[in-house]
Amino acid sequence: MNFNLTKTQSLFKQMIREFAEKEVKPLAAEIDEQERFPQETVEKMAKLGIFGIPVPKQYGGAGGDNIMYSIAVEELSRCCATTGVVVSAHTSLCMSPILQFGTEEQKMKYIPKLAAGEWIGAFGLTEPNAGTDAAGQQTTAVLDGDQWVINGNKIFITNAGHADVYVVVAMTDKSLGTKGISAFIVEATTPGFTIGKKELKMGIRGSATAELIFTNVRIPKDNLLGKVGEGFKIAMMTLDGGRIGIASQALGIAQGALDETVKYTKERKQFGKAIAKFQNTQFQMADLKTKIEAARLLVRSAAFKEDEHVKNEKVNFSADAAMAKLYAAETAMEVTTKCVQYHGGYGYTREYPVERMMRDAKITEIYEGTSEVQRMVIAGKLFGKIK
Amino acid sequence: MDFSEYKDIYVFAEQRDGKIQSVALELIGKARELSKVTGEKVVAILAGCNVASQAGTLIEYGADKVVVIDDKNLETYVTEQYTQAVYQAVTKFKPSILMYGATTIGRDLAPRIAARLGTGLTADCTKLDITEDTHELQMTRPAFGGNLMATIMCPNHRPQMSTVRPGVMPKSEPDKSRKGEVVEFKPTFDQSKFIVKLVKNVKEKKNTVDISEAKILVSGGRGVGCKEGFEKLQGLATVLGGEVSSSRAMVDAGVMPHDRQVGQTGKTVRPSVYFALGISGAIQHLAGMEESDCIIAVNKDKFAPIFSVADLGIVCDLNKVVPALTERLKKEIKK
Amino acid sequence: MKLLVCIKQVPDTTEIKIDPVTKTLVRDGVPAIMNPDDKGGLEFALQLKDKFGAEVTVITMGLPQADLILREAFAMGADKAILLTDRKLGGADTLATSKALAGAARMLDWDLVIAGRQAIDGDTAQVGPEMAEHLGIPQISYVADVQYDDKAKKFTVKKETEDGYQILEFQGKALLTCLASAVKPRYMSVGGIVEAYDKEVEIWGADRIDVPETELGLKGSPTKVFKSFTKELKQPGQIHEVDAEEAVELIVAKLKEKHII
Repeated sequence: MNFNLTKTQSLFKQMIREFAEKEVKPLAAEIDEQERFPQETVEKMAKLGIFGIPVPKQYGGAGGDNIMYSIAVEELSRCCATTGVVVSAHTSLCMSPILQFGTEEQKMKYIPKLAAGEWIGAFGLTEPNAGTDAAGQQTTAVLDGDQWVINGNKIFITNAGHADVYVVVAMTDKSLGTKGISAFIVEATTPGFTIGKKELKMGIRGSATAELIFTNVRIPKDNLLGKVGEGFKIAMMTLDGGRIGIASQALGIAQGALDETVKYTKERKQFGKAIAKFQNTQFQMADLKTKIEAARLLVRSAAFKEDEHVKNEKVNFSADAAMAKLYAAETAMEVTTKCVQYHGGYGYTREYPVERMMRDAKITEIYEGTSEVQRMVIAGKLFGKIK
Repeated sequence: MDFSEYKDIYVFAEQRDGKIQSVALELIGKARELSKVTGEKVVAILAGCNVASQAGTLIEYGADKVVVIDDKNLETYVTEQYTQAVYQAVTKFKPSILMYGATTIGRDLAPRIAARLGTGLTADCTKLDITEDTHELQMTRPAFGGNLMATIMCPNHRPQMSTVRPGVMPKSEPDKSRKGEVVEFKPTFDQSKFIVKLVKNVKEKKNTVDISEAKILVSGGRGVGCKEGFEKLQGLATVLGGEVSSSRAMVDAGVMPHDRQVGQTGKTVRPSVYFALGISGAIQHLAGMEESDCIIAVNKDKFAPIFSVADLGIVCDLNKVVPALTERLKKEIKK
Repeated sequence: MKLLVCIKQVPDTTEIKIDPVTKTLVRDGVPAIMNPDDKGGLEFALQLKDKFGAEVTVITMGLPQADLILREAFAMGADKAILLTDRKLGGADTLATSKALAGAARMLDWDLVIAGRQAIDGDTAQVGPEMAEHLGIPQISYVADVQYDDKAKKFTVKKETEDGYQILEFQGKALLTCLASAVKPRYMSVGGIVEAYDKEVEIWGADRIDVPETELGLKGSPTKVFKSFTKELKQPGQIHEVDAEEAVELIVAKLKEKHII
């Protein structure tokens, strides 16, 4: 048992923190204000290999692990949650299923460019009538000769419009329920594939969230990911990894808000002394710090388990990822809300970043499975099948 | 090493384009002071091309003797040419002490000479003393970003060498009636070592303001924030006939150029009045300005360390004070 | 082209504080970083590597924990790393340090030595030029740009001066000391980080370099620290918490007192 980061992981943390502080933080307020995708940051991250952290070298990745990936999303989100989720959706929701379920040809075709950040990835699961209940898929895929023809709509898709490659889930046989769902790799340039309405969001406003519209989108037969009927399993396993990304994002937001607030309460004076000198401040901040550290342990341990899973498929980390996300997301919401409170009136203004952080934190309790879904996953593991 | 062969206090009198640099005169002033303890002569080494006529200035400011090295190889400073010339002069005249200005030239030349002589060199000194009994030089300099002062000695080697920060030592009043000796020295140059060729020497106008020469400095820090803020400071500086300078934070942020930076890694200044506006006063900054005659600090944070060195501390928003003060001073000066 | 880059691990002096009671440096928790000017020099070397396929060797003299900055250099793109570490090298001033580094450089094959202008813990700017002198090669200090002409085998260097800059040229071996402010060093790449600890850092003791022991470390240092102390700050004047109007009055009064207006 060792709670220390390895030398490699801590060297990585040093780099990503410096990168986030110098390159990401200065843009955070601006991209939020303008609801603008941080293209310039994406290009910088691509150059450094941040889009291919847990990808084996043979596929053009950095050959890092999921703990490093989790640290990356955490540190980026500590400065800007939008930037964190761009990397998270790309890595966990697009590259990860291709790496886990793709054929060698699919991996060689897509992963090197995705890992290099030349292509950005996204994932299409949610539909207007299939949110938390992902089994209610209405998008369909029909085999026509050697092509799959996809029709339907996906909504709330992160990186939509900026991504080059989408992993998309569609119904191939409605009569089989969840067993009739399959997964596909769709390139953005495919005719019939268009981007619909862009959502106007409360938080992570620089992140592109939009609708995907499939109108007779014909993709090669070989772009089926996994086997026919494996789509639901692929989606659920993809979300297990994705949840570690979002848990890391939530953790980063919480840490960022705490750091800002420690600084602020040391500077801000009321009644003749720094508000950090009031014991009430100290006690409450101590509690927040403790919760953040608890969340970090859950997140790191889930990422560690995911790394074990990569080595041995039998290791299951669903509940670990769910607990990490549930706890980190709720911690982020609590921490950011209290941090705004500590900033008083200023905290409610856009002059200080905690206001943005509080808006950003909320989504972590919702996407890639709401907190309620996480509880379902955890309870499922806890109780097993109840007779 | 026979120390008795080494005597007198030497100053490398830096000139650029034939113009004696202020730091050379400051060093002569300091050397005069030290010579009162040791009873030695103050000697300036003046190297360059067609610079012999400047020797008189060095004497006026306190040199007893000037060693002139006038050679076309020394027209513009290049390391090797100057190293050969000064090294040969040093081995011939054997100074006990040799000081250089801590300028880009002094800091390039002095270590080269030190290594060639195998003697010690202390960089960027801000204080020089001499022991009463043994006449050894005590060289005091800041280290760790100005957090610590260290006094260095060079007990077993001669000459004792140091570079000294410009703007730190006070010049003497020039005395036109002073007499001194001028000696010409002709080094022999080994041209085969002239490997680095000077292609061009460019002066940039933006760098012509030397904040260390300014009598009044209006200095801004993080609290000023942006270029527009500094324009307001410029307005105040203009009214008072001063210059604008900056803390490191604003230079790092790209708001102000490096040549306007006051502090450990910037310039040392000692103006008559130093306005510290929105500068918290990190130790690195204080190291560069605390010798100012009068420090007026304006900062929102009453616990800012700048107030610990300020003669007048104002806890207020500089964005309100600066425009009001500028307007008021315009009226005052008209009167 | 073979490049030798000298780097140093330094405490981040912007993080150093003085203990108000004991008046000593508080070094606990101060991060140890690659000296900024040295990192600038490494960036210049890596740019030459990018353009001309140079082999970049980094060398540092220091404590065993300086291994960290060599790993960082690997992750930025350096090819080889040498850690010169020995008790016999301890307590060295700039002359003794430059002798040790020059001694190490003589054991290696290179076309150009690149160093930082100065280290933020000492700010002396002396080790580079002194090292060049020991190696018998020219130096250019305050370097803000380095260009290389592959055909003519000629380097063109921009050197900053107080009032502008110089353009200098040379062929053959030389030592450059570089400015951090002139270049933005690259970040470590993720792939570079993953490989950094798989590479070998060569550990050299004083016996690996051909320099007499009397010229190394404390013994070989002509300068001695006589004493060190923290600065006494001058006594502060009065502090007034006032509005802008009163502030103006106070400042004007002060300027009059000093005969400025």
